[in-house]
Amino acid sequence: MIEFRSVSKKFPDGTVAVDDFSLAFPSHRTTVLVGSSGSGKTTLLRMINRMVDPSSGTIEIDGADIARLEPVPLRRSIGYVMQNSGLLPHRTVIDNVATVPLLRGVPRKKARADALALLGTVGLDQTLADRYPSQLSGGQQQRVGVARGLAVNPNILLMDEPFGAVDPIVRAELQQELIRLQSELGKTVVFVTHDIEEAFLLGDQVVILRDGGRIAQVGAPADILANPADDFVASFIGADRGKRALHLERRGDSDLLLDSAGRLAGVLVQQGPTATDARADR
Amino acid sequence: MTWIWSNLDLLWDRTLDHLVLSVPPIILGFLIAVPLGWLANRYRAGRGVILTASGLLYAIPSLPLFFVIPAIVGTSLRSPLNLVIALTIYGIALMVRVVADGLASVDTDVRQSAVAVGYSGWSIFWQVELPLAGPVLLAGLRVVAVSTVSLATVGAVIGAQSLGSLFTDGFQRGIQAEIIAGIVLTVALALLLDGALVVLGRLLLPWTRPATTSRRALRAAQLGEVSA
Ligand SMILES: Nc1ncnc2c1ncn2[C@@H]1O[C@H](COP(=O)(O)OP(=O)(O)O)[C@@H](O)[C@H]1O
Ligand SMILES: [Mg+2]
Repeated sequence: MIEFRSVSKKFPDGTVAVDDFSLAFPSHRTTVLVGSSGSGKTTLLRMINRMVDPSSGTIEIDGADIARLEPVPLRRSIGYVMQNSGLLPHRTVIDNVATVPLLRGVPRKKARADALALLGTVGLDQTLADRYPSQLSGGQQQRVGVARGLAVNPNILLMDEPFGAVDPIVRAELQQELIRLQSELGKTVVFVTHDIEEAFLLGDQVVILRDGGRIAQVGAPADILANPADDFVASFIGADRGKRALHLERRGDSDLLLDSAGRLAGVLVQQGPTATDARADR
Repeated sequence: MTWIWSNLDLLWDRTLDHLVLSVPPIILGFLIAVPLGWLANRYRAGRGVILTASGLLYAIPSLPLFFVIPAIVGTSLRSPLNLVIALTIYGIALMVRVVADGLASVDTDVRQSAVAVGYSGWSIFWQVELPLAGPVLLAGLRVVAVSTVSLATVGAVIGAQSLGSLFTDGFQRGIQAEIIAGIVLTVALALLLDGALVVLGRLLLPWTRPATTSRRALRAAQLGEVSA
């Protein structure tokens, strides 16, 4: 479990990026921090691996105050995936994935063999192993980024808008892939996004942030949808525009779902096992 | 022409002399410029001072330098070492800014991600920043190499044997072929060193290889993604 207690961050230039943030991130669950640009998401994430140190407050991982831990070993024990993959352009795919194990002193041969296996785990063909990142598509680069994040088999995986820069089709694929991976691996994932749909899709716990990392609402997606805490949340999740308030309308043989403006949102089908239901079963 | 055929040994010797005079300054200048460029890039306050000071070095005329160096270093007036030191200074003058610019050209995201996965302070410099500055450093080194080979000819004036000696000797004795041979060999040597650096770059910076292969690889990669 990751626990923030009254954490604030004021940068030297006076910007208060995070103001008195307290929250527990449960183990083996995905917590999504969602908020508009500049709301302090990245700062919150980077305080977990001590790339940023809080100005006040404490952060604990499994009961240990991370301020007492050495930053470099701490970072090597936590997976980190960022937008635009952050891969090292001068290292091949396999070397990028093996980077952190090598830094931790895993023998070269084992590190490479493990890395090769990880490519398969994230759905990449092993023939890509000797390519340089610039020779991959954006979606493939992000997969490599995820593989690198998993390479030390960390308990915690930090993901900063990892799918923000890929096109919608590839993004949907990557999201499903992450759901599958998480159902197998059960990491403590902290996922940052500005996309509320993505937050509701991936999060067990969703945290909606205002400026300064102030929490507007925390809860399971269904709770937030059913009971937006205030107008800010309602507006953020689109409830105020009636996008989330759907009603049934029968036309011919089908039951259509329409939002309050009358726009088609979907079709009601017979209950049955579908790909997305598998997640709810977990 | 006959002069050339009967003096091949001399031409070869002067070419080797020239090489021995120009290669050490290129390497030394680079090695000294790296920490200075790093400082200039690392500390905003120092940047202006370091870059201006090193840039001004290039403005020192070479002849006075040949007299100042012996006075400071204690070498004899006719030592070839004076030329090596002078050329090193010019190399530093050109390279410090190149190193600073090269390090600054490294993508912030890449540097941040290196920190995030757990590279420690110096390993970020050696394993991430320096190699990624490579293409810029290489471009700078090529300029330094060519300019050093060309500048080394002035060594003839202070008695350091080089291809420049062929000009002075040719002028004094009125042998046109010798002058022309000196010029052609200087240009050839500059091109040779430049080519050697390009090859070295290919070997050390494989990820910057020309786009033809990578574009084909990219297309294959995209096909791979569709089938994945
Ligand atoms: N190193 C820094 N120095 C000064 N201000 C910063 C720094 N990093 C972030 N900020 C500021 O802190 C606020 C939150 O930034 P960030 O955590 O990056 O937000 P988000 O990831 O939600 O877009 C922004 O106003 C940003 O400009
Ligand atoms: Mg951010």
